[in-house]
Amino acid sequence: MISIRNLKKTFFPDTPNEVKALRGIGLDIPEGCFTAVIGSNGSGKSTLLNAVAGTFFPDQGKILIDGQDITGWPEHRRARLIGRVFQNPFAGTAADMTIAENVVMAMRRGCRRGLGLALRPSVRDGIADRIRSLNMGLEDRLNNPIGTLSGGQRQALTLLMATWLRPRLLLLDEHTAALDPKSAAQVAELTLDIIRREKLTALMVTHSMQQAVQLPDHIIMMHKGQIVRQFGGQEKARVRVPDLLSAFDQLRRRDQLDETVAEIIRSQYR
Amino acid sequence: MTLVIGAFTIGFILSLLSMGVWISFRIMRFCDITVDGSITLGASVAAVMLIHGWSPWPATLAATLAGGASGFATGVLHTRFKIQQLLAGILVMTALYSVNLRVMGRSNVPLSDVENIASPVAKILTRGSGGADSLSLLGWPVPVQDAAMLITVLILTVLVALLIRFFLVTHLGTALRATGENPQMVRAQGVNNQSMLVFGLVCSNALIGMAGALLAQYQGFADVQMGIGMMVWGLASIIIGEALVARCTPGFALCGAIMGTILFRLLVAIALRWGLNPNDLKLVTAVFVFAALVLPDGLKYFARKRFKEESHD
Repeated sequence: MISIRNLKKTFFPDTPNEVKALRGIGLDIPEGCFTAVIGSNGSGKSTLLNAVAGTFFPDQGKILIDGQDITGWPEHRRARLIGRVFQNPFAGTAADMTIAENVVMAMRRGCRRGLGLALRPSVRDGIADRIRSLNMGLEDRLNNPIGTLSGGQRQALTLLMATWLRPRLLLLDEHTAALDPKSAAQVAELTLDIIRREKLTALMVTHSMQQAVQLPDHIIMMHKGQIVRQFGGQEKARVRVPDLLSAFDQLRRRDQLDETVAEIIRSQYR
Repeated sequence: MTLVIGAFTIGFILSLLSMGVWISFRIMRFCDITVDGSITLGASVAAVMLIHGWSPWPATLAATLAGGASGFATGVLHTRFKIQQLLAGILVMTALYSVNLRVMGRSNVPLSDVENIASPVAKILTRGSGGADSLSLLGWPVPVQDAAMLITVLILTVLVALLIRFFLVTHLGTALRATGENPQMVRAQGVNNQSMLVFGLVCSNALIGMAGALLAQYQGFADVQMGIGMMVWGLASIIIGEALVARCTPGFALCGAIMGTILFRLLVAIALRWGLNPNDLKLVTAVFVFAALVLPDGLKYFARKRFKEESHD
């Protein structure tokens, strides 16, 4: 169970560049629920994800995971509870290190790291077994640097690493956006597969309406730092891409209306 | 022969420095200029302890710890106080100049007639050779002192290299390597990348402090100026080493650093023998490092340019 209470964040406060990125977000994600966040550019969806991940501290509000208040925890401490996949396929892995070395890092996510040999033969076999499940032939390339892999392979591996130890929450930040359509579909399928099998609670930011309709249990629509609409349960099951697009259109029209109304009022009072 | 033995001895001693620079520059990807101060700190701490009657091993150990402390200072300046890498290093290096003068009490401490780290080996060698002052190596006479020093630093350097090699494949070592490469990934895996950086700089400068202590014992003095340009020497050695071996795995890279340092010292010794003015040495080294850093990209650039010109025709 993830609870976000009245989360607020303003970047560059009291300057001309002030951005109110989050204006009081309240959200509950039940255990085992896969939630997608959609919204136009600058709607604050990535900011919301980063706030949960701990990239920055919010100005106000609370974040709780299973009732535990993690608002003041630094990023690396939250990693104990949270697994992450980034938009950039290069962000989730260390390119010059081998596949096995990267995975072994993930096997100790949030645990103490001592002076034990990292890659004992038994550990290596375990890694090979689990990587075989990706069906990418990577199990034979455990000693190759991860930099030699394609973006899709890296992203699939990052996903596997993020869920190697079962996270209380999986954060996916447009993790298929930088991939070619075929790999994107492959990674999306793998995502759903892992989330369903491990019954993970997940929060995914996506630009793809298609994905938002197909993958998650619940959709959240954000606009200007606020949650403006949610599709859950029955409604989510019925919702289709055109519905989401028309919801966006309505928002856009309301924005334009605000602008024109403001213009009319301004001219009258001048 | 003396020339070769000297080059090898200094080469092994400075291999510790090169491995230190390799840790900060290549693993942590941190351009750490503290080196110039921490090697002198190691030398001065060891020298002062030796003339106050401490035995060589505790003195060397203390120098190692002192070096580590200076690395800690640089790391904290960078991570806690958000000072840029280079500036943090420069601040600590500058401060260390005064610290070193304080430690030594003057600008130069000679170490004549004190035990050094090679003394136990020298005793064994003297006993073995029946009390002679020099041994015969391939027909050349080699002073017992020099031979003992070479053997000691050889063993020490190889031991330290093995230790680093095995540390780097532990869980902690793996995290350390990943920190330099991708701090974001390391944070996402639950490691405090800033503590890791500080830890890496401590290890790096500890090795450099140890190199300083050994250098002082070999040369027979510690001098407040001895650290100038050491970082660039370390870099030059690493670059030569990387040309000698593929730099993919930590083990190869460490071997490369040692081989590179020794080759570099041999080249320096030969150049000096051929009449290179010692004053020009640092200029030549700097130009060499510049060329090694720029040439690969420069060659690519020219190749592309030519390709473009040809395709225009």
